[in-house]
Amino acid sequence: MVAAAKRRVIPGFGLTLGYTLVTLSCFVLLPLGALAVRTAQLSWPEFWATITDPVVVAAYRLTFGASAVAALCNAVLGLMTAWVLVRYRFPGRRLLDALIDFPFALPTAVAGLTFSNLYLKDGWIGGFGDRLAGLVNSAGASLGYPALIPSDSLGWLDFAYTNTPTGIVLVLIFVGLPFVVRSVQPVLQEWDAEYELAAESLGAGPFTTFRRVIFPEIFPAWLSGSSLAFARAVGEYGSVIFIAGNIPGKSQIAPLLIVQKLDDFQYAQATAIGMVLLLASLAILLVMNGIETWVRRRQTA
Amino acid sequence: MAGAPLLVSASASAPPVTRGHPVWRRLLIAGTVVFLTIFIVLPVVNVFTQALSKGVAAYTEVFTGPAADQPPRNLAEKRKLSTRRAQSEKTASAIAMSVGVAAVVVPLNILFGLMAAWAVTKFRFRGRLLLIALIDLPFSVSPVVAGLIFVLLLGRTGLFGAWATNFVWPDPTSIAWRGFGGGWPIGFDRFNSGIIFTPLAIVLASVFVTFPFVARSVIPLMQAQGTDEEVAALSLGASGWRTFRFVTLPNIRWALLYGTILCTARAFGEFGAVSVVSGNTDANDTMPLRIEKLWNEYDNQAAFTVASLLALLAMVTLVLKTLIDWRAARSARRDTGATLQAGPPS
Amino acid sequence: MMLTRRNLVGAFGAMAAGAAFGPARAAADIKLLNVSYDPTRELYTEINDGFAAVWKAKTGATVTFEQSHGGSGKQARSVIDGLKADVVTLALGWDITAIEKAGLIKSGWQTRLPDNAAPYTSTVAFLVRKGNPKGIKDWADLTRPGVQVITPSPKTSGGGRWAFLAVWGGIAKAKTFDLTTPDGNAAAKSAAEGATSFPIYDNAEAKSFITTLYNSHVPVLDTGARGATVSFAQKQIGDVLINWENELWLAKEEFGADKFEIVYPATSILGEPPVAVVDAVVDQKGTRAVAEAYLQYLYTPEAQDVIAQLHYRPRNLDAVKKYSADLPNVPLFTIDAAFGGWTKAHTTFFADGGVFDSLYKPAQ
Repeated sequence: MVAAAKRRVIPGFGLTLGYTLVTLSCFVLLPLGALAVRTAQLSWPEFWATITDPVVVAAYRLTFGASAVAALCNAVLGLMTAWVLVRYRFPGRRLLDALIDFPFALPTAVAGLTFSNLYLKDGWIGGFGDRLAGLVNSAGASLGYPALIPSDSLGWLDFAYTNTPTGIVLVLIFVGLPFVVRSVQPVLQEWDAEYELAAESLGAGPFTTFRRVIFPEIFPAWLSGSSLAFARAVGEYGSVIFIAGNIPGKSQIAPLLIVQKLDDFQYAQATAIGMVLLLASLAILLVMNGIETWVRRRQTA
Repeated sequence: MAGAPLLVSASASAPPVTRGHPVWRRLLIAGTVVFLTIFIVLPVVNVFTQALSKGVAAYTEVFTGPAADQPPRNLAEKRKLSTRRAQSEKTASAIAMSVGVAAVVVPLNILFGLMAAWAVTKFRFRGRLLLIALIDLPFSVSPVVAGLIFVLLLGRTGLFGAWATNFVWPDPTSIAWRGFGGGWPIGFDRFNSGIIFTPLAIVLASVFVTFPFVARSVIPLMQAQGTDEEVAALSLGASGWRTFRFVTLPNIRWALLYGTILCTARAFGEFGAVSVVSGNTDANDTMPLRIEKLWNEYDNQAAFTVASLLALLAMVTLVLKTLIDWRAARSARRDTGATLQAGPPS
Repeated sequence: MMLTRRNLVGAFGAMAAGAAFGPARAAADIKLLNVSYDPTRELYTEINDGFAAVWKAKTGATVTFEQSHGGSGKQARSVIDGLKADVVTLALGWDITAIEKAGLIKSGWQTRLPDNAAPYTSTVAFLVRKGNPKGIKDWADLTRPGVQVITPSPKTSGGGRWAFLAVWGGIAKAKTFDLTTPDGNAAAKSAAEGATSFPIYDNAEAKSFITTLYNSHVPVLDTGARGATVSFAQKQIGDVLINWENELWLAKEEFGADKFEIVYPATSILGEPPVAVVDAVVDQKGTRAVAEAYLQYLYTPEAQDVIAQLHYRPRNLDAVKKYSADLPNVPLFTIDAAFGGWTKAHTTFFADGGVFDSLYKPAQ
């Protein structure tokens, strides 16, 4: 009844809903429908054979594995970052806080370009050891001690990860970095320090307090941030192709395999692989929404 | 991109500051600084260092073409000069293409975002939650798949292939569209039929990947504000448009601007989807595609120069976002109730 | 700042105006889109200028070119999906056959132009770092311990496929010809026509060599020929690059002769990148005459000279002689004589479930 009354008062229901539905259909639903239609051209056994082909499975494993590792790193490091940004005051904090959103604003191709360059054999990080050795030696030379250390003695500090799975994880950490921080931050901000003081006054150490008192409170946000980072990483393409090695089974991610199947005129197979990625992302988001709803219900209960 | 974080750091309220154990405190701060340095600061500094590695003149040459201070002395030099000129023209055209695409995509998404937000927040109807979920859908689609679906739909062998390949663009010169200078911003004079592998396809793919941004930024806010103010305005005799313009819009302007900025950044930066539908032609290059091409033509410095423009755009985005946070926090303090806050997808 | 309608219109108007004032666009009579494979960017930039001048002198009309470069398979797919290419100049016949099968090119395209419709050839060789520290001399050296090999993926790159076949034929000792002489060319042609069985496919040594090579010595498989060169030269990965000869020369010129050396194996493959007019497109756009003239121009002495200057192997034997210092005579085997043509090679080696797929037993 209330709804009906409102509908009478506020105008534009037909216009806005109609426009929304038409636009949504044209730009989103229809194209996605094409994906379903193409996939349906495969018979079930063909579809199954495509998505369980060892090379395809290996690509999924790498995509989901690298995404999971990256999400895990982000879960830990992001939690730390959120904690530090909310709880501590130090010079440069506001700047760091603003920087967190950078991965959202920076085009992925740029991220891929600069990461692959940084982790090259002669890049800043990829050739860190060599550079350090060179620096030490030139400093030594200027002080009168030339060849202080052998120039290749710091080779273990060369993190040349371009074209390796590690490189993929690194760039995925970058693209997913803001999710955990930005999910956990508001919760920590709202958190009432009284509970902590209470816990501590009851004799709990800082770790126990964090584990038993604070962590349960931020857990839903933390989980949701981590799964968002994971879902984002699964579909990532632009940044990864600059740094992935494309070796089937070793460094070939699923989106790259889709492109390869397309180039080989195998549309149905490409769409089948794409379909699995899509369903996986949707499943992740659904599970996450489920957890959120459950936690919210439990909190209000 | 699954569920973009339309979160705004809530720096408004005074947060609980812990002193903590000094060693832990320092360790954690150091850890955070190192983490962010390695993953954000270094990559960005690297972009600019590489872009400027051959000096400022080489940097500007990437867009403006080589300065003709002295005529080429021989054929080889002449050839080199014309190659460099052609390269910079392609780069300039990629920048124009990105701007043109964004100029079409962003207004479309603003219009859609406002329409959708109005429909789903001011009314209750069956399927409303499903509709909200569908608006979010493009975020969970891998960019490559986003490009692929348009090929499947509009490619010659696609569902609407026959129609799409013979589609003839309306002649823009007949539309006196203010500001467009009599020319279609996205290359009418170079393409006038077909959809896939033309700038139109780039627009479609970009609309798809940026679809949810504006809607997602304003929906939570409009939801929180309810309909009381609108109902009051309408009952005082204001028209629907005036109500939206003078009651709703001022309330959501920061969220709208925020969504617009994110949408713009993504429209400029999209790579995967656009690369699938661009057909690899130079005329279809947007800035990210141009970066890949320059990189493939061994022109590291030029690739990073174009990248540095996008990085600058990202910085502007961040600054604007920070300003909006600040303004929103201020106006939230002024009139309690409406806060600019959008959680993860709901 | 108020977000008013006027502001918005103004802002977007300004953006759009900026877009409209992009680079100057010459009012052109004819536009041709040449869809080509990865390494030919530099080649066709030169060829296009030459042809535009010739066409202008002949007909008075201005031709402007739009180029598109990428992995050969991807390019063929784009054309099939509706990229309106007037001509395709791809890395291998198989990809043009795919366009033919889609009904866009009439059958018999390979005989419409001389020399299998391939106006130039190339071969596959090695690029090594200066001084050849790993001592790479021939195919067999590639799988020595500690040697890292960069080559494009045979799944997506034409160059990658030629490289794969070159390794296979090199190890299996395919019969070679001296293609710098008319006699050698004639012999290769008659060998191709007379061949009925192709025991080379069953060569166990080649199979095990290829398996070891791709499994344990290739750290990166780029999707295109250019990507592989970038990995080797710019990213400095690997000890040896197996790629198109022209691609190796370009890298050497681009990065300096003090960095890289080209090494020719004892025998290699004759790579024939064919060209064709896309009938469906030129008939629709009315550009058939100019498109056909463009492809025929590739066979003229003038174009053959440019081709040789950019380190492709011209068909014109005079040009071959003139540039023999840069394009040394390597005994070459041909895909038709040794492997029985592209369709057979593709189905056996590169199609889904083919030999290449079976090489990769993905690591656990």
